Amino acid sequence: MQLINQQVVQQMIDGFKDEDLYIHLEMTTGAYAAHLDSSKHPAANFITNAAIRYSHGSIAGSGPFRVGLKMEQGWIYSEGLTHWEETETDRLLLAGHDGQGKLIVSLQLSRVPF
Amino acid sequence: MGQHILVILPHPDDEAFTVSGTLAKHIQDGAYVTYACLTLGEMGRNMGIPPFANRVTLPAIRKIELEESCRAIGIQDLRMLGFHDKTLEFEDQDRLDGQILSLIEELKPSIVYTFYPGHSVHPDHDACGEAVVRTIGRLPKEERPIVYCVAFSKNHQQVIGKPMLINDVKLFLQQKIASIQAHRSQFQAAELMGNKPLEDEEIQARYGTERFWIYPFQ
Repeated sequence: MQLINQQVVQQMIDGFKDEDLYIHLEMTTGAYAAHLDSSKHPAANFITNAAIRYSHGSIAGSGPFRVGLKMEQGWIYSEGLTHWEETETDRLLLAGHDGQGKLIVSLQLSRVPF
Repeated sequence: MGQHILVILPHPDDEAFTVSGTLAKHIQDGAYVTYACLTLGEMGRNMGIPPFANRVTLPAIRKIELEESCRAIGIQDLRMLGFHDKTLEFEDQDRLDGQILSLIEELKPSIVYTFYPGHSVHPDHDACGEAVVRTIGRLPKEERPIVYCVAFSKNHQQVIGKPMLINDVKLFLQQKIASIQAHRSQFQAAELMGNKPLEDEEIQARYGTERFWIYPFQ
């Protein structure tokens, strides 16, 4: 993955507009968070291959980035995104990695299931 | 043919720090080892530094790493059971237990290695250990393999006591370190090892023993 190129990611978000899509959305502190530091509260969630459709969306910030996608009924929101996969042209793979390179957040869109 | 040993762990890399030296010793002694790895660690957070994996490519990368780790240890038979990372505790128990039972019936191992249920920190570790002891516990006493469990939760020794088996694996550090290094998306070997040789005291102290508890079936 590479550091996010905001302009290209925005073009991809525009390219997926008004289409039936599959989303993978995830955020995690890691399963060992509390084992390594008892003051930490371990939390995680992910949803894979939920069907969505948005009428407009954008990437904001100056890095780490935020993405908001407006659907007919509600929103999709993600914060802390740092990386994107530049070799994927038919899918948008975004992720946020912390200082140790560990994934904290990811937002992925595809026309076919992941 | 020597002893047949079955290892049942949920993630590629779970074998590396916990049991790889012990398995290398078993194999040198003539054992045949089957490693049933329940998932491909699809939800792992480590993607390499700088990240060379992503959420989509990670399972295929970890599969290759797992195969390399097994070659390093000398494991003869690797089975990837195709469950999904993080979901074992929610999986259909009959399906999970059924797959474990069919492995035991097929292989008739004398020893099974797994995680100690309730003392292994990660929910998948505990769910894996629970499924193994649940399945083996249903067998008639005389058909049960001995179950050696790995435990590392904070309070585990207060509840389950001192380890019952402390294996010295210093002679097998080459295999063990190669197993750890095989998982290059997950561990930065340079960070773990420094540039220290295998004979280094710190390396020997850190990786030279593996500890197990025998699961006490009722």
